[in-house]
Amino acid sequence: MQTYDLGAQGLRTLNSSLHALKGQTNMTAWEVINPKGAHAIAAGVDAPVEITVRGSTGYYCAGMNKQATIRIKGSAGPGVAENMMSGTVIIDGDASQYAGATGRGGLLVIKGNASSRCGISMKGIDIVVHGNIGHMSCFMAQSGNVVVLGNAGEALGDSLYEARIFVRGSVKSLGADCIEKEMRDEHYAMVEELLRRGEAEGKAKPEEFRRYGSARKLYTFNIDNAASY
Amino acid sequence: MCGIVGLFLKDPKLEPHLGAMLTDMLITMTDRGPDSAGIAIYSGAKDGLGKITIQSPHPERDFKDLDGDLHAAIGQPVAMLVKSTHAVLEVPLGQLDAARSALAHLRPDVKVMSAGDSIEIFKEVGLPKDVARRFDLAKMHGTHGIGHTRMATESAVTTMGAHPFSTGPDQCLVHNGSLSNHNGLRRELIRKGMTFETQNDTEVAAAYVSQKLKEGEDLGTALESGLDDLDGFFTFVVGTKNGFGVVRDPIACKPAVMAETDDYVAFGSEYRALVNLPGIETARVWEPEPATVYFWER
Repeated sequence: MQTYDLGAQGLRTLNSSLHALKGQTNMTAWEVINPKGAHAIAAGVDAPVEITVRGSTGYYCAGMNKQATIRIKGSAGPGVAENMMSGTVIIDGDASQYAGATGRGGLLVIKGNASSRCGISMKGIDIVVHGNIGHMSCFMAQSGNVVVLGNAGEALGDSLYEARIFVRGSVKSLGADCIEKEMRDEHYAMVEELLRRGEAEGKAKPEEFRRYGSARKLYTFNIDNAASY
Repeated sequence: MCGIVGLFLKDPKLEPHLGAMLTDMLITMTDRGPDSAGIAIYSGAKDGLGKITIQSPHPERDFKDLDGDLHAAIGQPVAMLVKSTHAVLEVPLGQLDAARSALAHLRPDVKVMSAGDSIEIFKEVGLPKDVARRFDLAKMHGTHGIGHTRMATESAVTTMGAHPFSTGPDQCLVHNGSLSNHNGLRRELIRKGMTFETQNDTEVAAAYVSQKLKEGEDLGTALESGLDDLDGFFTFVVGTKNGFGVVRDPIACKPAVMAETDDYVAFGSEYRALVNLPGIETARVWEPEPATVYFWER
């Protein structure tokens, strides 16, 4: 286990050490202490390592993550796991704005609540939120899955493409072109699998979720839809 | 960008440390706003006395013998404490308006930063650490205070364009964001009798809240009205003699984190600003909801 004191050793050294792990296999467990809300902790990692951050993080923690499993033992600031490619990011506390934004792959788990714009423009990432998500979540989301055990805020899935959204609780309002859709067997299986991978097994059952997706009416510009854009 | 910090103390034992705590928070927010910095601190009222904080680009000239000159003009004793480009004048409470008119006459280049029973405002262009050192902010005590680090967007980088803005007695406001309807609102507020020092959007928001308070609304209601009337991006933190309020616009792009313990309520644009506060590890930490007014009063 490599223990890294962010307060004493600084962010640049941490991130360049983590970036240097590409292709290596012998330093697989890392612990970052004293994060104190610093920005860009463990951003750009591309190695199958386990990183535990003990405390709360600032902007863009685990951004662009590839392969690594990053656990935040606290809350995460704006843009956590932004543009994640693969791997897993697990946050014990809450996540601020645009968690998992533009993510292309991997799994983001938020055990508390996520605030506004969770999964905005996501392109293949899976997101499991144990609590609630804020307004404008999944705005222009293109693909991937979002499972929310709590409630969703205003304008969920506005201008949605092909991402699937599963919400157990209430949805304050749906955004333009986002509609409720039927839960079929394949969706129950999908939710079950995501609950398991998202460390939420036993907290909720697949049949308690409702599915939301795109009505596919705003894909291309149509003058008749001008009022909805 | 801009950075905001705020601290409202519930435990009087922390009052001697308010300046030091706020200064640490302010300096942490330097990279959100390195242009200018300012702080409003409520350091308590002295019986029968009010305070006017003034600023001059030529303090040696303007502050020389100002206490004596003001005493002669209003016929009441005046105490003056000079801190760099600012000075705090203490005058009998009923004489605040008289002292302000006399000031405008005696020292036309002097600007009034704040007036009231308890408030003092210090703000200048420069890095937050330099501004804090210049006014010895870390030594100040008080019940609550608000600080701001500025990255200018809507008006020039000047002392008067720095935050906090104070447009009413014991009131102040700081802002992260930008307003889009401030010119129209400024004209309306001028018609209602408000005066403005700058072309800054935030000064309009401050004057808007002051006007509502003048019309008899409480702070919470005034901020609710602001959600309808102010257009643009904003996270505001507002101070009054007894209270401290927070509101974000409905889109809530501008970041905000709050923490509360039995001893204090704290605000930071980022969690980083709060990490050195006592007991932060066990504090209730949350992100204020959009279009929701929060306020605390003692």
